[in-house]
Amino acid sequence: MRAVAVIGIGKTPFGAFPDRDLRSLAVEAGLKCLEDARVTPSQIEAFYLGNFAGPSFVGQNHLAPYIAGAMGITGVPCTRFEAACASSGSAFFHAVSAVGAGLYDLVLVGGVEKMTSQTTPKVTEILAGAGDMAGEGRAGATFPALFAMIARRHMYQYGTTREMLAAVAVKNHANGAKNPYAHMRKIITMEQALNGKPISEPLTVYDCSLISDGAAAVLIAPLERAHEFTDKPVRVLGISQTSDQVALDQKDDITTFRAVAEAARKAYKMAGVEAKDIQFAEVHDCFTIAEIIATEDLGFGEKGQGGPYVLAGKTCLHGERPVNTSGGLKSKGHPVGATGVAQICDVVTQIRGEAGERQIDRHELGLAQNLGGSGATAVVTVLGAA
Amino acid sequence: MSAASGSTSPGPGIVYTETVVFAAPEQFVADAPYQLAIISLESGNRLTARIAGPRVRIGDSVAFAEYRDGIPFFRKLIAPDSSLSE
Repeated sequence: MRAVAVIGIGKTPFGAFPDRDLRSLAVEAGLKCLEDARVTPSQIEAFYLGNFAGPSFVGQNHLAPYIAGAMGITGVPCTRFEAACASSGSAFFHAVSAVGAGLYDLVLVGGVEKMTSQTTPKVTEILAGAGDMAGEGRAGATFPALFAMIARRHMYQYGTTREMLAAVAVKNHANGAKNPYAHMRKIITMEQALNGKPISEPLTVYDCSLISDGAAAVLIAPLERAHEFTDKPVRVLGISQTSDQVALDQKDDITTFRAVAEAARKAYKMAGVEAKDIQFAEVHDCFTIAEIIATEDLGFGEKGQGGPYVLAGKTCLHGERPVNTSGGLKSKGHPVGATGVAQICDVVTQIRGEAGERQIDRHELGLAQNLGGSGATAVVTVLGAA
Repeated sequence: MSAASGSTSPGPGIVYTETVVFAAPEQFVADAPYQLAIISLESGNRLTARIAGPRVRIGDSVAFAEYRDGIPFFRKLIAPDSSLSE
């Protein structure tokens, strides 16, 4: 496989934008990305789009050519990928595979979701469709409920505490407050995080990521051509997408995401690195417990010790291995179809040394971890300075 | 999917994990708050179900109660001699 590099990135701010529609958000991110790499729409050879539920949220189907056409991209394959909250991580994985295989040179990968035009109960219902609607969904399981049940079991097996969950939220809000593109740029205290409105016990509103609108895009090319477009290419050193059962009650051990652990193992092998080499990571903190489990599954610490790891400050902005310097899904926001590609943008921003107030010192080797549903899809990407 | 089809009893089990849902999806807003659990059944399968009656915790024994609109409900099982032992 040919080496692949990210040569351009583009994002919209994440937030609630009543005056913006899905297409305009996706087009803004895509055109910013092309501008970043000084590439014109006519040079793009394929468009891969991640979107979870555009048809349910805004009633629009056929989204990939709909968005590409508005950017001036026609006459090439334009395809939408749906893998719940890992939709654009999956689009990115398949785009890298195609460029790596030599099918195309310049591929634009987008991700978008427009969520805030629906009420919270309706959003909750649409998101529940990422689970097994014939089983857990029928019984009344929401996504917060599934992750609450994961949290309860993790607490029971490993002694994880409410304070450890809250430490994730406090850390990510502190980072997001420094991110001009974040949805909720607000520092929160441990006391606030512990006393939030209950959503699904033991999770409070401060354990849950945000319902957001937003889009992100990256442009990829063979590494051998990257310097035609940018002085700061970022190499995709390793990438893997794996899967597991959709229904939580069909997984043997719900305190681990087996698909994440497997994707990490494969991505590390492809990159020729080990977990201990990863300097920083953007992980899928759709709920605080998900970040704790992600750090365990990625091998940053022992199984069951993700809680003490975050509580000790190891993952804070200037800790030994910063996690979610962007603010994560918790503070940056979680327009679900945009999240996977947005994570890639955030890792690339750190590697390029362009993260401003959030810039970390050791930023040559980073990782992005994108999760779909309660662990049925996982995408892990290792990125490094080229 | 689950072991239960909506017509047969899934039998007794143990609570593997649980939560109380406050923020419900649109179709269940009127039910909230409600307790949801994953039950480890004697058959070895697991099933996501609602809890009727007193709230349960991990490790509690539960018995199948009934189906309501196709949703399996379980109830905390009180050991027959529990009143004597307390």
